[in-house]
Amino acid sequence: MAKKKTIRTIPQERAPVREQDPRERARNFKEVVYGFRLEDALHEAERCLLCPDPACVEGCPVSIDIPGFIQKISAKDLRGAYDVITGTNLLPAICGRVCPQESQCEGVCPVGEALEPVAIGRLERFIGDTAIAQGWTNIPYIEPSGFRIGIVGSGPAGMACAADMAKAGCDVTVYEAFHQAGGVLKYGIPDFRLPNAVIDAEIDNLRKLGVKFECNTLVGRLFTIEQMLAEMGFHAVFVGTGAGYPSLLGIPGDSLGGVLSANELLTRCNLMLAREFPSYDTPLPLGRHVAVIGSGNTAMDAMRVCLRLGAENVHCIYRRTKAESPARAEEIHHAEEEGIEFHWLTNPVEILDDGKGNVRGMRCIRMELGEPDESGRRRPVPVAGSEFEFTTDLVVFAIGTNANPIMGQTSKLKLNKRGYIETDANLATSMAGVFAGGDIVTGAATVIEAMGAGRKAARNMKAYLGLRDTDLPYLTDGRGSAGRLFGIDLRERNFARVRVAATANS
Amino acid sequence: MQGRAKVKSQAMSRFEIVTREDFSDVTYLLEFHHPLMAKAARPGQFVIVMSHEHGERIPLTIADFDRNKGTITLVIQAVGKTTREMQQTCQVGTTLYGVVGPMGNPSHTSGAKKVVCVGGGLGVAPIYPQARAFKEGGAYVIGIVGFRTRDLVFWEDKFRACCDEFIVCTDDGSAGIKGLITDGIKLAIATHPDIDELVAIGPPVMMKACAAMTQPHNIKTVVCLNPIMVDGTGMCGGCRVRIGGQVKFACVDGPEFDGHQVDFDDLMLRLRRFKAEEKTALERWSESCRMKNEIETASLSRQSPAYSPDNLLSEPFALPDPFEEVKGG
Repeated sequence: MAKKKTIRTIPQERAPVREQDPRERARNFKEVVYGFRLEDALHEAERCLLCPDPACVEGCPVSIDIPGFIQKISAKDLRGAYDVITGTNLLPAICGRVCPQESQCEGVCPVGEALEPVAIGRLERFIGDTAIAQGWTNIPYIEPSGFRIGIVGSGPAGMACAADMAKAGCDVTVYEAFHQAGGVLKYGIPDFRLPNAVIDAEIDNLRKLGVKFECNTLVGRLFTIEQMLAEMGFHAVFVGTGAGYPSLLGIPGDSLGGVLSANELLTRCNLMLAREFPSYDTPLPLGRHVAVIGSGNTAMDAMRVCLRLGAENVHCIYRRTKAESPARAEEIHHAEEEGIEFHWLTNPVEILDDGKGNVRGMRCIRMELGEPDESGRRRPVPVAGSEFEFTTDLVVFAIGTNANPIMGQTSKLKLNKRGYIETDANLATSMAGVFAGGDIVTGAATVIEAMGAGRKAARNMKAYLGLRDTDLPYLTDGRGSAGRLFGIDLRERNFARVRVAATANS
Repeated sequence: MQGRAKVKSQAMSRFEIVTREDFSDVTYLLEFHHPLMAKAARPGQFVIVMSHEHGERIPLTIADFDRNKGTITLVIQAVGKTTREMQQTCQVGTTLYGVVGPMGNPSHTSGAKKVVCVGGGLGVAPIYPQARAFKEGGAYVIGIVGFRTRDLVFWEDKFRACCDEFIVCTDDGSAGIKGLITDGIKLAIATHPDIDELVAIGPPVMMKACAAMTQPHNIKTVVCLNPIMVDGTGMCGGCRVRIGGQVKFACVDGPEFDGHQVDFDDLMLRLRRFKAEEKTALERWSESCRMKNEIETASLSRQSPAYSPDNLLSEPFALPDPFEEVKGG
């Protein structure tokens, strides 16, 4: 191997990112950030110090072997890099785009202490996109285990759990209430951030693993979790139904025409393609002066969607400051570039009626930061006498979500005080054989955290079923394959009692 | 293993339409195959239908379900673009692109001894399974349904089979009593002082009137709300309604609520949200139908010298009142 790289020898600057011009992209739904070209990827891969004890792997919720795949990129072995990533993450094209890398892998990258950290997310996306373009899939030899697994919800948690269980030889069926699979990736995240074609390609990979997707199926109402276990022959069930139920404003005027949740706006636009109305039948309220309340990733998506639908100006109303904003740094940056007007330390008080039941404007009040609250963030308090009005004809609220009540209404799963499903550390619920993960357990979080939960649930589901953990053998070498004993990797967490399903050993 | 395979094939069924019946030039019945849904459905629940890939998701209250045949019945009024289009395209043997359900909480049909079941407009069909369930629960059932005129009356025999008393109200008096549904309710309350409960399904104005009538008599009143929805699973909040000052989602908290607590004015306001878009869609669709007819007739005209372009102008569409819109029923 070449000389050991140091912070001084690596390329100092990040490979340039090519993006659509803000003025242009604010009017179309094409992807904002272009992927790396090969030369960009090679440049960026050179910047990785290949730390022997990589912090980035620790920082990744699914522990992708990041130096491993970067090394393969440097060797121009893109297929090899894909193999490394898919050993732990089957959905690189999605994660490379939507993970908050700055608070995960890139946030702990030692290069970042002196320079910009290695653009791990963009490298991952580069490999994911290359795989889709080349039609690569990694379908390991799978020996059927005879177990049937039902997964409720086809979002990121369900997809990740499905992938792991399918690789463990289980017969996996994923149920989705919408007419298309993908969950929040489809209805929530707009095309300019995550094109639907990418999601479909990743779902196709799961299908190739043998995962079945059943859409138009509302579990709980069409059949219950109890029925899945007792009547439909499922040996274990994973519930990843997401948080859903949007929080409401609870201020005067919030049921006027032109006031809607970001979920409704995004679903109409992304999943139902209302932006193509009337070619597609679903209508969408259009605003010339849009106010979006909240400053998370969903709020950013909603604002940028409104801009692309032709709004003249879009305002972000947030009661704290930019520093407390929960959105990814890149999303805020992109929104600013596209001309979103941010009103930090501003809280809505009332939505004003135009006399015909529609929105005419909004009354807001200025805030200032007071003492820190339970979350450690400084609590915003209203500034007396600072109320003001401004004109708006569409108000979108993106102030978080609550637990979806359907699972609680239709099953005996134990819920916590806030209505989320209660699980133990292994994501097992109060019902034997039923695991849960993602937003329905934790409350609203990120795509990759949901994927991490899906994988964790899968690991524990395998333990519950008495399946050997097939997860680890897919890790690539480099971390000591010396400890093999009778062909069994010692790192593989082997469970004391090995239960073998009837069909596997007949 | 056989049982499992059966469940699987049922879930895979492609929503094939097995029966179609036209009650009038705007009201039609579709019965589609979905054994699993037929098994799960309860009175008061609804489905969301997507007729084709570019279509919108429309909530429709289940009008009937047959567990033996494995079918679900919907009764639809052709008032908007989607429902008019479905009136043309949904024939026996065709399939719907997507149907999801049953959704919403089933109604509580036990307990009451004497019940009035009221259905008006779109609510006539979905009140039927409720009346039947009350009857099966041993209640004395008074059915009241309203139509504009005699020709529009349907399912009279089905209602008579499960109602102890059945009152038809028509605007012109051509069938049953002359008058509105509220006249029928007045009659029922006058003759039965011991009514425990009234269930009303229909346009918001009608349900509002029903609730206003029962309030002085302190009769428990249940209404089935039909706001605009997208997903029907509690995710979009489009169907939020005000119940006793609190905001509820009709799809997961309802669709049935205490009629005396519902803010009907708010509901009616929210139903108008997409009035302009609904009008655009309908006009555009009617135009494309007209052009299609024109092309077809033009090709016919080569053989028929009697062709005159004046005949081709389709009659102007009377735009539907949004309160009559097919958003549930």
